[in-house]
Amino acid sequence: MRVTVRLFARLRDIAGAGELQRDAPAGANVHAVWAGLVSEFPEFSAYEKSISCAVNADYSRFTAAVADGDEIAFLPPVSGG
Amino acid sequence: MLALTVITTAPLDHEALVRALDTTGIGAVSVFLGLVRDNNKGRRVLHLEYEAYEPLAVRGLDLIVTEAREKWPSVRLAIHHRIGRMEIGEASVAIAAASPHRADAFAASRYAIERIKQIVPIWKHEYFEGGDVWIEGATADPDNAEAREEALRIACA
Repeated sequence: MRVTVRLFARLRDIAGAGELQRDAPAGANVHAVWAGLVSEFPEFSAYEKSISCAVNADYSRFTAAVADGDEIAFLPPVSGG
Repeated sequence: MLALTVITTAPLDHEALVRALDTTGIGAVSVFLGLVRDNNKGRRVLHLEYEAYEPLAVRGLDLIVTEAREKWPSVRLAIHHRIGRMEIGEASVAIAAASPHRADAFAASRYAIERIKQIVPIWKHEYFEGGDVWIEGATADPDNAEAREEALRIACA
C-alpha cells in the first residue's frame, strides 16, 4: 500500500520536502512508517523520544494501523503561541 | 459570523475576535495577545516564521475550547493563531475569553495559551542575529493527563 507522509519544521528541512509518498507493507503501523524514514534520514533518530503523530489529520499513536491512502503526519515538538 | 478557532496568515484583529463571542449574560472579557518578542535566550530576534499542520491545528484549538468548557461551563472562548512571517511586536496569537465573572475569563484564557503550547501543531522558526533555529517545545499529545493537569494548575494559580 501507499501512504502520504507529511513532515513539518526541522523534519521537513532534513527531508527536503514536506510531503512524501512511501510504500508500506500490508498491516504496517505508524511506527513502521517512521522506522522507514529514520533509515532514509538518519538525523530523524534524534526525534525518537519527542515525536508524535497524526493519521488523516487527527492525533494518533505509533501503534495505530495504517491503511492504503492514509496521510501520516510526524510532529516534532510544537512551539506555537 | 467569525469562526471561533482559526489559523490564518492575516494580521490578527482582537476586536473582531471579541465581537465573534456571544456576550449575552457576560460581565467580563479577557483578551490575551502573544507578541513576537525582540529577544529570546540572549539572542536578538529579527523576525519569526510560523508553520502549522492546519487541519490538525484547528482540531487542537477546538479541543482546547471543549476542555475549557468542561472546566468552566460559562466561559466562551475564541482563539485565532497567525502563521507565516511576523515582525517584532506583531501578534502571533489572540485569545478572547468571555464569562459572567472575571476570574473564569482570566483562568480560561491562561489555560488556552498553556494548552496551545502543549498540543497544537504549530512551529516557530526564529531568525536571529547570526542564524536561525526551529524552536521545539512540547511533544504534542492531547491525552497526556499530566500536561493537562499542569495547564490547569497554572490557569488556577
